[in-house]
Amino acid sequence: MPFLPDSEEQVTRYSRHILLPEVGGKGQQKIGQAKVLIVGAGGLGSPVAFYLAAAGVGMIGLIDSDAVDLSNLQRQIIHQTPDIGRPKVGSAKAKILALNPSVAVETYDRRLTAENALDLIGRYDIVVDGVDSFPAKFLINDACFFARKPLVHGGILRFDGRVFTILPGQSACLRCIFKQPPPPGSVASCQEAGVIGALAGVIGTIQATEVLKLIVGKGRPLTDRLLDYDARETRFREIKVAKNPRCPLCSERPEITRLVDLEPEVCAVRTA
Amino acid sequence: MRVTINGKTEEVSGSTVLEILRAKDVSPQMVAVELNSKMLEREELGSALVKDGDAIELLFYLGGGD
Repeated sequence: MPFLPDSEEQVTRYSRHILLPEVGGKGQQKIGQAKVLIVGAGGLGSPVAFYLAAAGVGMIGLIDSDAVDLSNLQRQIIHQTPDIGRPKVGSAKAKILALNPSVAVETYDRRLTAENALDLIGRYDIVVDGVDSFPAKFLINDACFFARKPLVHGGILRFDGRVFTILPGQSACLRCIFKQPPPPGSVASCQEAGVIGALAGVIGTIQATEVLKLIVGKGRPLTDRLLDYDARETRFREIKVAKNPRCPLCSERPEITRLVDLEPEVCAVRTA
Repeated sequence: MRVTINGKTEEVSGSTVLEILRAKDVSPQMVAVELNSKMLEREELGSALVKDGDAIELLFYLGGGD
């Protein structure tokens, strides 16, 4: 277990957490026992992985099938120039272990699919969405619903970011708002439209904070409200949403009753 | 008529949500719409009447992350 209350090194490492009444030794112990799956080791996944590793999350799972590309380095801060060409999950694992060797890191150098999603997600307590495509975001939403795992959703594009926490069955899910992904090719990706690099840090860091709050069970999670960030104007807005009685997934009469792979986007821009 | 769209007050023409979307050149397929905090189904957009002082939220897809 990463957090041993009697270990001086651990008490010192996490002292600024332990000082917080909301965390304390007990909360830090919960963090040390938590298992978090980060889907996508890119723009959002980078800050999420760094902060969860620094916080002493017991086990971090990373799933991503890509290799580090030069164009990633403007925002995917867990990867560095010498990592170009290396699988992203391996690159990220090395940085996590350098930061905090007591974190157990599981890597999955593959894509999340309808086939493997429930098995993988079932091994973790909380899931973080750091992927770049709508089919993947909806797959994660659906899989977390079926597996009953809390999900911290995030999105970034151009100067816009969004965070949204989902407690399956209890709070609104992605499909309560958007029943299905947008028509293929209708919404630009980061690769097509660009993204301001530091935005990934803002949104990913809020996602990491949401995860830590869920683990220690303190504060008010970002459920039933979307937090939208407009970096052009430096403006945050909160939009209230509610569980939709006509949601195709989480309502009482669902249309979606099992996990299926959604059609890949036509202009399929894999990763940005 | 003045309505609040995504937190900003605007002068709009049109009496239904769908007419306002068209005037703003927003495709109904690309957006989820709340009228006074109530989520509308896509097929309700054409019949949802908007009155002065109403609040509309246009929630666009935001998919990036990588």
